[in-house]
Amino acid sequence: MENAIAWIFIFPLFGSVFVALSRYVNIKLAYPISVLSMAGALWAGVETLKQAMASPNHEISYLLGGWTLDLYPRGVGIEFRADLLASLIALIVLGVGLLVTVYSKIHVEKETPNKEAIYYSLMMLQITGLAGICLTGDAFNLYVLIEVAALTGYGLIAMGSNRAAAATYNYLILGTIGASLYLLGVGYLYIKTGTLNMVGIREVIEANGLAESATMQVAFVLIGVGILIKMAFFPFHAWLPNAYCNAPTTTSCLLAPLVTKVMIYVMIRMVLSVFGVEFSFESTIWVSWMPWLVVIAIVCAAFLALSQREIKRMLAYLIVAEVGYMVGGVWIYNYYGLIGSIFHIISDACMTLCLFLGAGIILHKCKTTHFDGLRGLFSKMPLTMIGFFIGGFSIIGLPPTCGFFSKWYLITGGMVSGRWEYLIVLMFSTMVMVILFFRLIERIHLAVDESGKNLGKGHGDLGLTKEQTRFDEAPLVMLIPLLIAASTVLIIGVYNQEVVNQIETFLQAYDLPTGVVYK
Amino acid sequence: MSDPIVVEDIRPLLALIAPWFGLIGIMLAGEKRANLRELITFSAASVQVAVVLSMLPLVLGGSIIEFHIWQIFSYVPMLLRVDGPGLLFALVASILWIATTLYSIGYMRGLHEHAQTRFYSFFALSLSATMGVAFSANLLTIYFFYEMLSVSTFPLVTHMQDKEARTGGRTYLGYLLFTSLCLLLPALSWCYIWLDGGQMTMDFLADTGKIGYFSETTQIVLLFLFTYGFAKAGLMPFHSWLPGAMVAPTPVSALLHAVAVVKVGVFCVYRVYADIYGTEVLSKISGEEWAMILASATILISSLIALSQDNLKRRLAFSTIGQLGYIILGAAIATDRGQGGAVLHIAMHACGKITLFFCAGAIFVATGKKYVSQLRGLGRRMPITMGAFMIGSLSVIGLPPLGGFISKWYLALGALDRDAMWVVAVLLISSLLNVFYLLPVAVTAFFRSEDSEEGEESIKEAPWPCVVPLAFTALGCFALFFWSDALLKLAGVTP
Repeated sequence: MENAIAWIFIFPLFGSVFVALSRYVNIKLAYPISVLSMAGALWAGVETLKQAMASPNHEISYLLGGWTLDLYPRGVGIEFRADLLASLIALIVLGVGLLVTVYSKIHVEKETPNKEAIYYSLMMLQITGLAGICLTGDAFNLYVLIEVAALTGYGLIAMGSNRAAAATYNYLILGTIGASLYLLGVGYLYIKTGTLNMVGIREVIEANGLAESATMQVAFVLIGVGILIKMAFFPFHAWLPNAYCNAPTTTSCLLAPLVTKVMIYVMIRMVLSVFGVEFSFESTIWVSWMPWLVVIAIVCAAFLALSQREIKRMLAYLIVAEVGYMVGGVWIYNYYGLIGSIFHIISDACMTLCLFLGAGIILHKCKTTHFDGLRGLFSKMPLTMIGFFIGGFSIIGLPPTCGFFSKWYLITGGMVSGRWEYLIVLMFSTMVMVILFFRLIERIHLAVDESGKNLGKGHGDLGLTKEQTRFDEAPLVMLIPLLIAASTVLIIGVYNQEVVNQIETFLQAYDLPTGVVYK
Repeated sequence: MSDPIVVEDIRPLLALIAPWFGLIGIMLAGEKRANLRELITFSAASVQVAVVLSMLPLVLGGSIIEFHIWQIFSYVPMLLRVDGPGLLFALVASILWIATTLYSIGYMRGLHEHAQTRFYSFFALSLSATMGVAFSANLLTIYFFYEMLSVSTFPLVTHMQDKEARTGGRTYLGYLLFTSLCLLLPALSWCYIWLDGGQMTMDFLADTGKIGYFSETTQIVLLFLFTYGFAKAGLMPFHSWLPGAMVAPTPVSALLHAVAVVKVGVFCVYRVYADIYGTEVLSKISGEEWAMILASATILISSLIALSQDNLKRRLAFSTIGQLGYIILGAAIATDRGQGGAVLHIAMHACGKITLFFCAGAIFVATGKKYVSQLRGLGRRMPITMGAFMIGSLSVIGLPPLGGFISKWYLALGALDRDAMWVVAVLLISSLLNVFYLLPVAVTAFFRSEDSEEGEESIKEAPWPCVVPLAFTALGCFALFFWSDALLKLAGVTP
């Protein structure tokens, strides 16, 4: 298939239309149509990655509507550009999208009855937007797609519990501020360079030596801060926990692994491809103080996560901490840090997916995600718990899960740059993750309750009723996506070299310090 | 030393995955078919022993066996390699697994323990990880199996699922994961980035001494990070997890916390000293002196603490910490005979200490007693158990004709080779302390008369599955003395 990259959009976009229409035919059709269109999109994503890997300069470009980009500076035509990074992240987005769509059946029917058509329609659009953000080659188009993802996101969240409306409002305000700042920044870029094409912008910057220009500096700060807000970088994280906890289960499963990660992708894209390495790292002062902000962000998010007593909320703060990891990986400014950051986008998407799917199953079975609801769950749902634990081990960074490898590269990056503060905060947050997850494991395995007193009396007595410990596994439609996600965590870990090779091929085009002086 | 012949063979991997098949079988058999389940554990253990034994002639013949599993990084393979010390350790662990399985049957059924399927499953998993450590060929491989062992033993430590178990489990994981993630991992990354142009494998055979590329300060810092990072070695001040882990059922304390887990720790430290640093580099930075001082301090302090423990298992745990100190000391002595003594001590101490733990568990099963002060006159009621305890104690103390003597002998010889008289003194003093905290147990049991109430002095041993393994390991202590030639050869010392 030659135009696989276009099919990535066609499938979910038209899927969403058909899903919306399905309510006039038979609302039961909404689910199968969504699953099919996501499967199609995933296939197109795999094709795109293959094509990008096969092409000589490791990227494929697709010009929408027959625009040409031959003029200098490249015109205003919309270009989809899939280099290795973009197609990798897009693939993850589509994979997560498919798994969540499959998983969503029971939750959606239960939580948003009679609104399945709208819900799935929004969900397809959301995935279209997120995949679009990864693949677009146009700075303004990126803004449009960010808004597509955000607006559908608001809709998806607002369908949740009673408190979801307030959370959505909060998200809406902050999200709009972020997006507006980004748009303003793009405006400055357009004024100064006369193009919106990402490659075009960088060409102009390099050709005209715009690195010292104050306008560019302003644009950089506006875009940077806008993206930081959108990715919930501490202290701009306030919208995230409420939005994800009050949203319908499926929504949080879809948004949590993807939205923040995709925004980190945008940051990397802006830093490397739009502004260029030299401008971003050498001409701005971000390199010197961003790692320190990251330190503050990770420490605060870790403490906030520690103080939570509800799985979903705890996971939400965990995401904020993980965002800190990835931002840090970019701004410690070296080759390994960026490998770590990009690899962490991929692995974090997989492991967060695992955890949120697991939390969704717990919610479905136990009617609560409070820690006390977890007592002795292992005997009830062993497979679910194994999937959940694998996600947790990956967050901690135990080998051979993918979390270990991304952490390895981040540590390496910190060492090569000599950013010890980043290294220490990584260690610190690793220990916090250990506490977070083994605290859950204590509840699941030892049946401790929140007061810490109500423990089993030993010899198999957990102080639970027979009902609570009887084998009662989650429905297959929920269990299978979770197990696939868990095995993906392991598979990406085992075959990390395959992924890292692609990332390295991508990064070789940029002049990044490796820091290693060989004897 | 001439280069050994390398043989490519799948057997190391087989030894590693035999427990996995066992695990699947155990889970399928489940609680309802307990006999079948135990049979599967036995077969898994026997297969493992058979596989390990089948490699013995090759390794004794001077060759090493390698098997490549997968590429962790493009330049670091997950490579299994069977050499002398590794095989010795694997042999000890797998043979004692059989003994422990039999013992577990007596112990767990005697006490009507719950969740025995889980128990046997994770036991099998731990043994797989132990084999992995024994056969690892480079530092990253060993790290992977080391972490696997930490996690897979957690359900065993917290088996009782009560308050005490929770505290023990928290201490256990807290210490082990803190040290391995916060001390070991950075040290590892540091070596892998900077050595060999970022293409370092940290192979135990090929890359010995390459760490000498760093400045001396860095080397010493790394040495400390490695030594403390492998906290399973129980070097003070990161030792508290071991007494805490004593809440586990006795088979776990016996096999894992006297043999497999703790020996994995010291084995890793041994690998770092002997195969990453190597004698030359270690002595150039005088890192070995630091390590010797730390180990000696651990030996003496833990022996003194052991004196004051009334809980038998805790006393044995502190004794273990001291004995692990010997192994680190031996590895740090950095002479051939000293390091050989360290490897030998892995086997010798394993056999002696597992006997002691078996006895402690048998006493608990038969009488419910946990404290040394309750053991008066028990020797007359449980003659086999207490007799084995006596033999085990004497072996740990290091008297001929028991295995413990040989390893201590070589440790002392190793110390003399480098004229470190104070090390010999430490060995002597600590042996005396061993006498003070171990012998009174057996002496009280045999020579003090029982408290009057229980009166009757009929023989009442634990169930036979408990007694047979402890008699076996007690006899093993003798066997290790008389047939030590093969062990000496594996450990690489010439008598």
